Formats: sequence, C-alpha cells, structure tokens
Amino acid sequence: MRHISLEPPPFFHRGPSPLTRLAFFGLLSLALLFADTRYRYLENVRQAVAVALYPIQRAVLLPGEAFGYVGAYLASQRTLASDNAAVRQQLLAQAPAMQGFPLLDQENAQLRALLKMAARFPEAATAAEVLYSGRDPFSQKLFVDKGDVAGVQIGQAVIDEIGVVGQVTRVFPYMAEVTLVTDKDHAVPVKVERSGLRSVMYGAGAARLPELRFLSPNTNAEIQTGDRLVTSGIDGTYPAGLAVAQVTSVERETGQVFARVTCKPLAGVERDGQVLILSRAAVSLPRPDEPAEADAPRKGRGKRRN
Amino acid sequence: MAQLSPFAAARPEEILLPAKPWFVLFTLLCGLVANSMPVSGVMLLLKPDFLALVLLYWCIQEPRLISVGIAWCVGLLMDVSDATVFGQHALAYAVLAYAAEYFRRRVLRFPLWQQAAQVAVLLLGCAALVLVIRVVGGAPPPRWTYGVGPLVGALLWPLVTVVLQWPQRPRRSSER
Repeated sequence: MRHISLEPPPFFHRGPSPLTRLAFFGLLSLALLFADTRYRYLENVRQAVAVALYPIQRAVLLPGEAFGYVGAYLASQRTLASDNAAVRQQLLAQAPAMQGFPLLDQENAQLRALLKMAARFPEAATAAEVLYSGRDPFSQKLFVDKGDVAGVQIGQAVIDEIGVVGQVTRVFPYMAEVTLVTDKDHAVPVKVERSGLRSVMYGAGAARLPELRFLSPNTNAEIQTGDRLVTSGIDGTYPAGLAVAQVTSVERETGQVFARVTCKPLAGVERDGQVLILSRAAVSLPRPDEPAEADAPRKGRGKRRN
Repeated sequence: MAQLSPFAAARPEEILLPAKPWFVLFTLLCGLVANSMPVSGVMLLLKPDFLALVLLYWCIQEPRLISVGIAWCVGLLMDVSDATVFGQHALAYAVLAYAAEYFRRRVLRFPLWQQAAQVAVLLLGCAALVLVIRVVGGAPPPRWTYGVGPLVGALLWPLVTVVLQWPQRPRRSSER
C-alpha cells in the first residue's frame, strides 16, 4: 500500500524561513566584521579589486571630466584675464621673498653642510590631481591620480599650497589613497610656531576638530588661541616646518591638569584640486630603541599625577 | 482615467510579467557601478545608496528571486568595491532584505509616494545599522548629513519603481 507523501509539493518548497536565513547570514557577517577589523586580511583582495575596478571608475568619471573641460573651454575671456591679473599680483607680492630665497637657501645649505646635517626638504615632489573624495562617511580619505607607476609610496606626505593635507596610505598602480589629517587618530607631530612647544595633533573625524595631545602639564601658557602649528619633523614622515593648523580654542579646566586644545587644519583639506606628494627624505633617521614604557602615553589623555 | 500610462507604476489589477533573472542581475550591477561613482562635494552628501534601493525594489517585487542570501552576497561585493570594513554592507543588506520581505505586502498596498515614505524608514534603518556597526568598531561619528542620502534614495523610489517595472508591463497591441 502506498503512503501519501507528507512533504509539500515542490512548488511551495522555499527552503529555510527568512528569519533562519537572516540569523545565519547575520552571524556570518558579524564573524567577517570581527575578523576584518581584527586581522586586516583583506588588503590583497582589495588591491586586486581596485585594479579591476579602475577602468570602470575612469569610464564613469569621463562625462564629468568632459563637462569640466567644456566648461573650462567656454570660460569667458574676462574671468581668465582677472585670474591672470590676480596670479600676477600674487607673484609680485611674493617677489621679495623669492629673490632673497636663493641666497638664503645657499647659506642654509652651506651651514648644514658645515654641521653635517641632512637636507631638510626632500628634493623631488610629484604633483597630483585629486580624483574624488572617499565614499566612506566614517573616514577622511582622498584619491589622487598618481600611483605606483609614478613612484608614489606609502607614507609620503601630501601638501597643498597652504599646508599639510595628509599622508599616502594605500598605493594602487594608477592612483593613491591619501588619509587626511582630519581622519580619526591620524597623528601629526607638530610644534607651536611662536613658542616652539612640541605636541602631536590627532584627527577626530569629520564632525569634530583635531586635538592636541601629549602637552606637558606646565607648558600650558605657551599655547594660545590663534597660534599656528607647523610640523616638527620628529617622525621622519612630514618634513619639518610645514604649516598644519591653527589653534581655535584652548580650554583650561581647573580640575584638569591638561588643557584641551582644538585646532583647525589650514590646508584646503576637503576642497583641493591639486596636491603635491613629497618624496621621503633620502636618509631617514634610524628608529630609536623602544623605551620600556612605550605605550604609556597612549592612555595618557585623562591621566593625572596624584 | 482608465488609460494605462507607461510612466506610472503598475496598478494592482495589472498583472506583471515575471522578472527575468538576467535583468535583475543587470540592474544590481548598475546599482553597484552607480554606487562606486566617484563624486565629491555636495553630490557626495546627496548621493543615495543606489544598490540598496535596487535591492529593496527586487526584494519587495520578486521575493522568490532575491532574498536574504542574495542580498548578503551583493553586500559583500559592495564591501569589496568600497574598501571599507568587510561585512558591514553584507549585514545591512541582509537585514534590509529581511525587513523588505516582512513589510512587502503592506508597502505594495500604497500609492508610490506613500511607498516612498515607508522606503525612507527602511533605508534609514539600513544606514543606522551601518552607523552602529562602524561606531562600535571605533569609527568617529559622521556629520549630520549622513542621513540625507537615504532620504534622497526614498525620493527616488517612484522613479526606480517605474523604470524597473518597465520591462515587465504587458505590452498590448490595442491600447486604448
């Protein structure tokens, strides 16, 4: 005797319920999230995908570029003339400094040679154009049109005509990713131009201004609102003396030993068209030995001395 | 009144042809490319998540074809092309697909503009999930403009619906 099949006909058969599937895939993606934030095992995959996607991205960019070219071509004579005049004036304004510069440069080189110091600024630099800003709203990135092929390397400093923009953090064959100084926990060693006080500027993401950390407690008087911060050059990444930011507020609370100092980046960190990628200094300093309490200052933000 | 307009959504009494899998795939690919469109400035603030929008459409219209599993795979692709944390879009899209499957009968009962309001809630939920994932992972909170993209996406919903429905409208030679 044949039994009647208890299974539903295949028409109704739809696999596990949506909730089961959601739980399965949810757990899977949580595992992936954890593994990626913890171990960063995907860099190579990303590199390959970036190379594969590059032609598509350029193709998608084309209409916008064409539009830009046409717009620039049709720019009126008057705009061009006024731009030209402005640039000439700027050039003239910089003339005294520029004419004195070769002499100073020579003097400086001689003095440095005398003292057997390495040249401060790297010789070569690559001009690059900003392609687009990063899509991830949680990080501050920029993509420029020079990459491995043009000799760009990870760790090179990127500046514009006003100051430091950021640092090259990923290099693809035809483009490079620049992490801006406003990216969270991006550290730039700086010093106050006026007083020479050293500190480290930490980015705090898009919504907040960067902060200074590692100020020693009794030097609070040497920093005030409006001070310019320049790179101190102690990290070997950023050459010394590049403008970075301006102090916007110094909050001193009676209960706190350290002042809370926020600053505003000077360079057009989010509205640049062209940037300059500085090649690294030919001879970088040897790394100092790690001190015993190397990571002690890491938790030093709220640290108090009792 | 009874005239069938090709530039409006299909009315409930209109029976749509089944969607072709290659067409679904093609539109998802278009969404992926649109998402990886390099823009900056104001356009970057306004840019919705096209892929989430297309995915949501197919989850609501063709739940047999596209559901949680496919949405998850598409999210992985998005993560790779976006070079962000691996798994964030996958999780968000999987949850979005589940929510779409849960709400689809309700959403489909309304006219397009009221559908758009519900889609706004779904897309904002998806964006909020990504926000939670990233902030828990240690990222700084983004600007308030983070919420603009999903809203723009919801405003595009009627357009997306009309465009994606186009190939499935039955062609009648004797349209009045």
